[in-house]
Amino acid sequence: MRAADALVKALEMEGVKHVFGIPGGAIIEVYDALYDSDIVHILTRHEQAAVHAADGYARASGKTGVAFATSGPGATNTVTGIATAYMDSSPIVVMTGQVPRSFIGNDAFQEADITGITMPITKHNYLVTDPSTLLPTVKEAFYIASTGRPGPVLIDLPKDITTADIEFKYPKKVELRGYKPKTKGHPRQIKRAAELIMKSERPIILAGGGVILSNASEELVKLAETIPAFVVTTLMGKGAIPETHPLSLGFIGMHGLKYANYAIMDSDLIIAVGTRFSDRTTSKVSSFAPNAKIIHIDVDPAEIGKNIDVDVPIVGDAKQVLSSLIKYIKYKQRKEWQDKVERWRKEYPLRYKKEEGKLKPQYVIEKIYELKPDAIVTTEVGQNQMWAAQYFKVKYPRQFISSGGLGTMGFGFPAAMGAQVAFPEKTVVDIAGDGSFLMNIQELATCVDYRIPVKVCILNNMFLGMVRQWQELFYDERYSATCLRYKEMSFEKIAEGFGAVGMTVEKPSEVEDALKEAFEINDLPVVIDFRVERLENVYPMVPVGAALNEILDEEV
Amino acid sequence: MRCTIAVLVENKPGVLARVASLFRRRGFNIESLAVGTTERDDISRMTIVVSGDERTIEQVMKQLNKLVEVIKISDLSHNSVERELALVKVAATTANRGEIIEIANIFRARIVDVARDSLVIEITGDEDKINAFVDLMRNYGIKEMVRTGKIAMARGSKVTQISD
Repeated sequence: MRAADALVKALEMEGVKHVFGIPGGAIIEVYDALYDSDIVHILTRHEQAAVHAADGYARASGKTGVAFATSGPGATNTVTGIATAYMDSSPIVVMTGQVPRSFIGNDAFQEADITGITMPITKHNYLVTDPSTLLPTVKEAFYIASTGRPGPVLIDLPKDITTADIEFKYPKKVELRGYKPKTKGHPRQIKRAAELIMKSERPIILAGGGVILSNASEELVKLAETIPAFVVTTLMGKGAIPETHPLSLGFIGMHGLKYANYAIMDSDLIIAVGTRFSDRTTSKVSSFAPNAKIIHIDVDPAEIGKNIDVDVPIVGDAKQVLSSLIKYIKYKQRKEWQDKVERWRKEYPLRYKKEEGKLKPQYVIEKIYELKPDAIVTTEVGQNQMWAAQYFKVKYPRQFISSGGLGTMGFGFPAAMGAQVAFPEKTVVDIAGDGSFLMNIQELATCVDYRIPVKVCILNNMFLGMVRQWQELFYDERYSATCLRYKEMSFEKIAEGFGAVGMTVEKPSEVEDALKEAFEINDLPVVIDFRVERLENVYPMVPVGAALNEILDEEV
Repeated sequence: MRCTIAVLVENKPGVLARVASLFRRRGFNIESLAVGTTERDDISRMTIVVSGDERTIEQVMKQLNKLVEVIKISDLSHNSVERELALVKVAATTANRGEIIEIANIFRARIVDVARDSLVIEITGDEDKINAFVDLMRNYGIKEMVRTGKIAMARGSKVTQISD
């Protein structure tokens, strides 16, 4: 069998239903094989978007996303997408074409050393040098991408490998002596954790993206209710607990909710699950939760003790560890702590200045939430992302999709496209900024082509808003290179030019109707250009280098 | 803090690059690195000397362990035999050649090449011994020197091996 055909058959056996990519000379054989397959290929307009789409598909569905690209520039265009998936531990498999083996190293046409380039941003990668290893490599790639701490795996396929003749024998099992993720937590550590929890007077759960990845949200909520403990999340952990749950305090961090930040800073025990204590979450790490003991549950042992010292390390899968931990916990009332947190919640609510006739970005998100609380929401990066995280109360895991680790502008739209392909019946909204959206706007063509009805809501302030905010607050309002002067530019017309639906909204009174109209459309992408207040800032805000409870806020 | 670690890896192309890339990316300091074959032809062994504080060393071990092609890691900082090999080309005249050979003999080093105005000396030993020898040779003028990275093995019956 032609290796390219065997490869496509292997993908089918892995349960792959959708692939995102762009063909080219070096991967043409694989595309030829794809022609006869039931796998649906979505032709994106840029390889970066193909990888983001596969990533969005994976984050929304939990299934491994797949992207194809050709050699050279096709492969190098995938780099940002791969790094994004790597930082947020998203399971994807990227396959790139490569020049024939005999040309490798000769600087042949469209040759790039993509395995060398992606070494630090993949969980693992392969250059297939022997046709007989192709199928085992595919099997390994899917296994590695989706198990343990998930992540991107790249397979580089020299063209003459894909034309080779091989026997189709797809391995049933993977045996890798250097890769054995630990999923069950150590029983003694779990008992120690339980003892600390029972002793604690001010416990709090910090849920990270790992809770979502391990599908552990049910166990997490159960643990929270059993203790009982308030739950704060990281940006990536949004959805680990319904944000409408009485024990949910929302997300913490640089732009986290004030009372959530206060609560974790004042806690005496943090039960951290599937989080890596990133700088955006902890702020100044030396003054983070000074009186708290820390239980850290993570499937990746290298995350434990990397950024912060912990008292009880538990290496294992969040779902398994939490379900064993719950068995040792008995309900204990902690009234004083509960009252204190509830007082903060009342005293420091999330708010913004409402001004008659002015279109505030926060208001747009409130309206989206009001009309479509079940929608899958993706974000771009910057102010739009933080407002979305603050004002959209996430109800279920995998509902909120955002580039947390790498902070990739241009991620949200193609990721929304991927999520929509995974869930054609759902409403998928990309909360965008004008700067970010332009970074992958070409995918409007893809969405029109395949009738992918993603809703792009641009909070258009004609600025690179988050950088401008920093310049206003910390650089004397010296707006160096952050002003995007396109008053004359119309996103509405651009959308229409692509064959999509475009709208422009300038007044608060028009927001609801525009959104309603957009949500009715299910056969075309919709772009709504919300011309929001240009100088609106994201508050609350913890400046870089400050402690998590040293919070800037605006007068309302 | 200095740490000597033995790393068993798959004997495949690209593994050294992966390990080196990891050290560079995470800002770990490699003091010495030696790679070679083992008793099994599908496994190579790296001996890495790394310096850093306790947290850094812990991270080095954990991050190495995450590499799919790394099979096993042992800390050989204590109670192990450590060896390096050096070749030293020393300037020698008829007048001082005897003296140099005498010092070499004290260090159990071997003269492997003799020319009119130089000697090539091969010495093995732990780092301190080689440093001491090299220091003495400086008096005569070192024309060229090459040292291997350190290799190490635990004393006693403890082995760094994979169990099948």
